[in-house]
Amino acid sequence: MGLITSLIAITLRAGTSLVYATIGETYAERAGILNLGLEGIMLMGAVSSFATAYYTGSLGLAIVVALGVGGLMALIHAFLSITMKANQVVSGLSITLFGTGFASFLGQRLGPESNGRYLIGLTGPRFAPIDVGALGKVPILGAILGQDLFTYGIYLLIPLAWFYLYRTKNGLWLRAIGENPRTADAMGVAVDRAKYGYTVFGGMLTALGGAHLALAYTPGWSENITGGRGWIVIALVIFSMWNPGRAITGALIFGGINAVQFRLQASGTNVPAAFLNMLPYLATIVVLVAITWWEALSKRVGSPASLGQPYVREDK
Amino acid sequence: MEDTANEVPLVEMRGICKSFPGVRASDEVDLRLERGEVLALLGENGAGKSTLMNILSGLYRQDSGDVFIRGEKVDIRSPRDAADLGIGMVHQNFMLIDTMTVAENVVLGMPSLPFVPDMAVVKRSILELGERYNMTVDPDAYIWQLSVGEQQRVEILKQLYRNAEILVLDEPTAVLTPQESHELNDVVKRMQAEGKSAVFITHKMDEVMAFADRVMVLRKGRVVAEKTTRDTDPKDLARVMVGREVLFHIEKGPFEPGAVVLELKDVCADDERGLPALRELSLSLRAGEILGIAGVAGNGQRELSEVITGLRPVKSGGISINCVDSTNKTPLQIIRSGVSHIPSDRMAVGAVGDMSVANNLAMKDYRAAPISKGIMLLPRRILEFARKMISAFNIATPSPETRVKFLSGGNIQKTILAREIESCGSLLIAVYPSRGLDIGATESVRNELVAQRDAGKAVLLVSEDIDEILSVADTVAVMYDGRAVGVMPTAGADPEEIGLLMAGIDPSEKETRL
Repeated sequence: MGLITSLIAITLRAGTSLVYATIGETYAERAGILNLGLEGIMLMGAVSSFATAYYTGSLGLAIVVALGVGGLMALIHAFLSITMKANQVVSGLSITLFGTGFASFLGQRLGPESNGRYLIGLTGPRFAPIDVGALGKVPILGAILGQDLFTYGIYLLIPLAWFYLYRTKNGLWLRAIGENPRTADAMGVAVDRAKYGYTVFGGMLTALGGAHLALAYTPGWSENITGGRGWIVIALVIFSMWNPGRAITGALIFGGINAVQFRLQASGTNVPAAFLNMLPYLATIVVLVAITWWEALSKRVGSPASLGQPYVREDK
Repeated sequence: MEDTANEVPLVEMRGICKSFPGVRASDEVDLRLERGEVLALLGENGAGKSTLMNILSGLYRQDSGDVFIRGEKVDIRSPRDAADLGIGMVHQNFMLIDTMTVAENVVLGMPSLPFVPDMAVVKRSILELGERYNMTVDPDAYIWQLSVGEQQRVEILKQLYRNAEILVLDEPTAVLTPQESHELNDVVKRMQAEGKSAVFITHKMDEVMAFADRVMVLRKGRVVAEKTTRDTDPKDLARVMVGREVLFHIEKGPFEPGAVVLELKDVCADDERGLPALRELSLSLRAGEILGIAGVAGNGQRELSEVITGLRPVKSGGISINCVDSTNKTPLQIIRSGVSHIPSDRMAVGAVGDMSVANNLAMKDYRAAPISKGIMLLPRRILEFARKMISAFNIATPSPETRVKFLSGGNIQKTILAREIESCGSLLIAVYPSRGLDIGATESVRNELVAQRDAGKAVLLVSEDIDEILSVADTVAVMYDGRAVGVMPTAGADPEEIGLLMAGIDPSEKETRL
């Protein structure tokens, strides 16, 4: 495999979990709900799916559990911010604090007696890259096809999520809710129900991103397995301008720089490893600043106007 | 079917009650609307007109009372229920999504839309509807690209597209030029001819006479009169609406202008998006004069007031106040040169909602004695000062310590007015000072402006209400697209001519064409 091809392969693998969470959060934010609980939900998705896979041996069941856990955690956020009109930042941060701590706790308690009840260091079933035979030898195409099912999932998810948002009736409703819930409501869109739905959906996809880490990318459970990816996703949603079609680019940049720095580390460069590890995060910040600057210049693109604000129908 | 329909009213609301915290917005209101009828709901701000119609269109729920449509009792729980019953409302603040196209806005929320809509079909029907009602709009245009008048067309098209039988219009002409209002009247008449009905909310008497068959007058949430427009006149309606005789004429002293106070020479400035908002604007205003700036909102009026008060940079040209150059000076320097400003957005720029009435009143005087000493504010002096102002300007507030946001719009405006007039040296700039106020408050605001002029101050009055300018101002300047397109004395000015200038049409050209 050539250098380019192998870089593409690593990039896609590293970006997969980000794409799931970015699209999930894009949908939630399009409905006006800012969910800062992503990091916590991702970690919970990772630990719950790995534990399930380890004990039952069923990857399918592991996915279902992750979806359930992610949906449930997002449902708490939805209840607090939609029904109770709580501050979404506070609610989201508490979800992350809870999720991080609880996932770590489960990682130390759910494991088998033989491992001191720890989940860390165990190997369970995992999603292996699909063997596409001779096609895997084709440059670039081989990198795209020689992936696990999760990565195949994003090939489908990205166009579908884009099509739903921009070409369907429900997508039109969704865009309207985030921009102006009062108008959407007055035009007969069931605002609160949709906000609940998309927030929960976002949580499910985010947990799926977490499951990808534990079941395919770095199989197994380790503390802080996400490495702050939940926070990176918050930035990637902005970077993609709330367009699921662009979610891939952000993920590829983060994943791509990750891939390059792995290569550099493997090649035994003189640059300190700590610096290389920092690169993907640094790049994300730089890109974000640039985007924000560009956004200030062209006023009409920007976040959904009602993002983070509770909607009360009879507010005068 | 037609026969029975004639006996049963299309809409009947019985004993509607609705309370908001501290306010009885609707109190045992009964309303009837016949098929093919235009009913006007007349009343001051806070009379409960919009509340009543928001109940009919499903945005609010009544506390008690029943609604019957075509004789059947209905339970309208949401705007969708209302739409299913053929009720469509054009809200005062348009229900449009700026970042979406006209076509997307028109079909928004329609349950019958297919999952993957064919927008080409939607656009074609929008064009057809537009032609039928003589109000075309480009279906591909984004809402933010449209003028306010065009946005209103989209609002109406939206309801026509849904086959609304009952159209509710909430103060539809507030943002329109007189010509656009005529066009709106034509559309409503055409709908009426097709057997549709309309409820028309307004607080303008002449509109009631022009648009409606019947009028219902509301005051403080109750119906105080119901008349056919044939049997009434504007004066009578105004009396019923306010509950007392209304002075339509304002007592003014003779017009004796003094020295030039404010002079603008070829001023250019940009708006927030970097587009030119003022284009070589020149104006002059003398002591003892009220200069009225007429024009449809968004033609540079706000920017004009901002360049004078130092809130917006001047790109070229010059401004002088009392013969001293004030171009691009800071707001504080300009305040010190004797300028007061009543801004258009009273909650965002004019007052701090979460601060007390007393603190809002003192906000311009806190730098000096007697209110402060060194860096210390003297709360007791502030209260004393506030009490004096509250009684002088008749501000209705439970106490000087009440937070401003709990006052009515009229009393917030009076608070700002009191502060600005108290601190006014020689120039008062008032931007839409009576917007959203009821007749009583409007009257006192206008009288206060005239009193300042009679006291020898220069007053710049920006208003979208031609009648206000003609009754209050001495001179009128019409703004269109960042320019002053016509300056004339108000005595003998023709409202129709001003209206044409506001729409960017040169009246002399029109006459030559005729």
